[in-house]
Amino acid sequence: MFSLKELKKGLLTSLWFVFLTFPIVVIKVDPIARTVVWRWENVAYMAIGTFLVYFLVRFIQYRRENRPKPAAAREKTGSIVHRILQNPTQRVFLVAVVATIAVFFPHVLSSYQTNVMTTALMYVVLGLGLNIVVGMAGLLDLGFVAFYAVGAYTYSLLNLHYGLGFWTILPVGGLMAAFFGVMLGFPVLRLRGDYLAIVTLGFGEIIRLILENWGEFSKGPSGISNISRPSFFGIELGLEQSIIYTYYLMVIFVVITIFIVNRLQDSRLGRAWIALREDEIACQAMGIDKRKTKLVAFSLGAFWAGIMGVMFAAKTTFVNPSSFTFLESAIILAIVVLGGMGSIIGVIFGALILILMPEYLRALSEYRMLAFGGILVCMMVFRPQGLISNIRRTYTFEKKLPKN
Amino acid sequence: MKLTLSGKFLSTAACVLMALSAPAMGVAGDTIKFGVAGPHSGDLASYGLPTVNAAKLVIDKVNANGGINGKKVEMLIEDDVCKPEISTNTATKLVSDGAEVVLGHICSGATIAAMPIYKNAGILVVSPSATSDELTLSGNYPNFFRTIAPNAAQSPAMIDFAVDKLGLTKIAIIHDKGDYGKPLAEGAKKHVEQKGKGEVVLFEGITPGAMDYSAIVQKIKQSGAQVVVFGGYHPEASKIVTIMKKKRLDTAFVSDDGVKDDTFIKVAGESAEGVYAAGPQDNSANPLAAEAKEAHKKAFGSDPGAFFEGAYAATVAMLNAIDKADSTKLEDLKKVLQSEKVDTPVGKINFNEKGDAIGVGFSMYVVEKGKYVVVK
Amino acid sequence: MDYFIELFFSGLTRGSIYALIALGYTMVYGIIGLINFAHGEIYMIGAFTSFIVATVLSIYGFPLLAIVIIAGIAAVVWSSSYGFTIEKIAYKPLRHAPRLSPLISAIGMSIFLQNYVLLAQTSDFLPFPTLIPDFPFMEPIAHIVGSTDLMILVTTVVVMIALTFVIKFTKIGKAMRATAQDRTMATLVGINVNNVISATFIVGSALAAVGGLLIASHIGQINFYIGFLAGIKAFTAAVLGGIGSIPGAVLGSLILGLTESFATGYVSSDYEDVFAFMLLVLILIFKPSGLLGKATNQKV
Repeated sequence: MFSLKELKKGLLTSLWFVFLTFPIVVIKVDPIARTVVWRWENVAYMAIGTFLVYFLVRFIQYRRENRPKPAAAREKTGSIVHRILQNPTQRVFLVAVVATIAVFFPHVLSSYQTNVMTTALMYVVLGLGLNIVVGMAGLLDLGFVAFYAVGAYTYSLLNLHYGLGFWTILPVGGLMAAFFGVMLGFPVLRLRGDYLAIVTLGFGEIIRLILENWGEFSKGPSGISNISRPSFFGIELGLEQSIIYTYYLMVIFVVITIFIVNRLQDSRLGRAWIALREDEIACQAMGIDKRKTKLVAFSLGAFWAGIMGVMFAAKTTFVNPSSFTFLESAIILAIVVLGGMGSIIGVIFGALILILMPEYLRALSEYRMLAFGGILVCMMVFRPQGLISNIRRTYTFEKKLPKN
Repeated sequence: MKLTLSGKFLSTAACVLMALSAPAMGVAGDTIKFGVAGPHSGDLASYGLPTVNAAKLVIDKVNANGGINGKKVEMLIEDDVCKPEISTNTATKLVSDGAEVVLGHICSGATIAAMPIYKNAGILVVSPSATSDELTLSGNYPNFFRTIAPNAAQSPAMIDFAVDKLGLTKIAIIHDKGDYGKPLAEGAKKHVEQKGKGEVVLFEGITPGAMDYSAIVQKIKQSGAQVVVFGGYHPEASKIVTIMKKKRLDTAFVSDDGVKDDTFIKVAGESAEGVYAAGPQDNSANPLAAEAKEAHKKAFGSDPGAFFEGAYAATVAMLNAIDKADSTKLEDLKKVLQSEKVDTPVGKINFNEKGDAIGVGFSMYVVEKGKYVVVK
Repeated sequence: MDYFIELFFSGLTRGSIYALIALGYTMVYGIIGLINFAHGEIYMIGAFTSFIVATVLSIYGFPLLAIVIIAGIAAVVWSSSYGFTIEKIAYKPLRHAPRLSPLISAIGMSIFLQNYVLLAQTSDFLPFPTLIPDFPFMEPIAHIVGSTDLMILVTTVVVMIALTFVIKFTKIGKAMRATAQDRTMATLVGINVNNVISATFIVGSALAAVGGLLIASHIGQINFYIGFLAGIKAFTAAVLGGIGSIPGAVLGSLILGLTESFATGYVSSDYEDVFAFMLLVLILIFKPSGLLGKATNQKV
């Protein structure tokens, strides 16, 4: 692979990148002092860097092309995770390992790690919620964070004005978000594909702007502070215990969510969603009420977001509108797509990776978000179908030969 | 809470839970761990990074002189992107990494979200920039101090200046809908109403980062305002004054500490001339301020950014407190901070029992020939 | 009445910039059906490049006209190069991937580019040099339409005419239209689809760079984050007009700009964006594929 031709191509690529990054990386101007700094050393870094990256990419491609292809066999069994899940003994083992880790996690690691993990688990649930809308029903929703905000503000406001507790509001927040989902869904669900995407994006922004501007109602950008943390059967916990308690709550939430979403997927409704995603017209011909099915998907997704909103407000004890920007929606969507659309395991992995990565990339300090963006692109380029893509349930008809 | 039988059982359960979970708290080693938190990436990074620089300069200097009581100071820098939900993680991280004092956070929202965690761990927090009234005036956060004056002091200063000093009574109040600008603008509006002199002819929020503010400038013109009072940061302010100049509108412009930043003058250039801004009292005569600025230029090759002086002062005050108290315990540090005046770039300061700096007053500045000068 | 005219022109200026960015979105969408979220960043890079070049030239004492021309060319050249490269790195390998994967790749690219400029340059706001001087003949009406507004309007019109010409009459323009209609068919008649896609990215990026240069010299400042909001707004405008339709993008942008301006002027700038998005929802409810978008009938 290290032929002369390759070498030449590598050189050309690195030359191109030197040109491309020249003004921004090399020149630094100070318009007030009217001085120009030429950072020529960056040219060398850029050239060498891209040259090496080019060969790394070529090397990966080379390995991929020349790998013996067990494709047929792999397609049937799916990825390694699926294979483990299909084998009952291995599955029990895996579940046991995960459960043990989940139980002992906060006792082994610091409260910072626990806190981060709780956040990641919240995103697992959010991802699973959005997965209903995007992954199963195929409705691209770029304003998912609006429902999250509805849940968070429902709890914050009711807690602030009426002193209602976490457990009382939890279902209320979810229902409130579901109600907003239906309200939005009615007019816009007949839009298709990307038109729906932009309308939901707009809706998300509208909710945030209203929270920001309508100060009498939401306290505006200053936000609401001192929201009560979840109580433990009426006992107020200290901060340390509260962090751990919230963590265990989230673990339970995740388990419940996985259970429900899994059952939904196999239900009549779930089948209808998947069918709707694949072919709307055929679906209608089969007698599925398109509008109702979509609305249910929308409001169910919103419901989970609302529940997590309540959880979010209780965990941070502070909400303000700046937590609910478009970027948040984009991250949740990235979780779903990166994990593998429609795949529950995939979404879990996606959430853990995307939320834990920036935290652990803190070591890179200011390069953190640069790396995050780059990794997002690379993951999509190398695994466009997501980390763990969903395997279709297939039925094979095995003809049993009559014994004679 | 009534302690019934089941309550007892549950509290025992909670205790067990607590015992099981007792995490290893950071043990003070042979360095003093100095946390710095704020936005170091994302759209608000320009407000957070100068604070890091300020802390670096002070700490390097202290360490070069042998540290404090024989201990070197070690910096722990954590990013919170100015987001409340991230800042709780940042705070927990700092606490579990063993930070003994924290400089930050920068944005009020992120600070409020993080405070309960520091409060619980008994860690002193000094912010150079969080101006929300709640942080000090509510009394909820006994471990919070700041080197910037609260909003409650700033909005009346702006209005009194516009009405009494400039004699302009028709006021347009504009804000950036942010957690700094909007409360400031609301406070200003309330103050005008209480004052009984002057009249608010326009009260509007603008979208920060929007492409163009022509429409709002036309609206200011239409309202017949004699003075614009702006609550927010310098990027929006410089956009507005630039467009005002382009539209040949010479209404007076009075703004806040977020605008009293040299970047504002650099960016707005000629349009900045004649803009008034409230800011911490004049420090240019203060040799420490000049020295800090020089040190920054030498170390980083550029002029310091937003909140630099406040952050520098905060770091000096914190390290002084640690030195004098010979401890990092909150109560000891508080005692020193509240009782002893210390020389900083923002003047000789100590703190009142609420946590606000005494001696950090407001002066009004005006831009003259590309420099902020104090209005006499 | 004066007030109405003032608001009208400020809306028109804003709409013109939206149009320059929205065209990139709509052209790319028309050809590969991708919402290119990194497009706002291309606009930012265009503005940044012109800022760097213009400042360097003015420090070395070049005359204003030369600065404007060279900075403009540099912005267009580098923006187009970025657009071209991004397509090759982040979208081309995903051409046959599930529909949402390129979208996530685009979001990643957008985050990457923002932080790249932040790290290589600065997080501070920087003053953009005055590239458009105040024309004396504009002075009587400067309070309504300033010199920069005029330049923005004129440039936009010129660029639109040039673009229409390219799309309608040149070979590559025809190839673009053919590819947008039916990619497979275009391949069959001998069009190199890869080149057409690259050309689309290059043209779209060049337009965004012009927009970036104009707006930066209008408001006089620049920073690494300006692309985000502008990108979202321009995308909204493109959808409003019917995504994939070039006249639609222009119409949608102007309507969006005017709506925002009038909403600020007559109602409140607090709810400027709310009005913009409400308008979008209303239009899409009554015309589900945007103002000038073609309603595609589904075949069974």
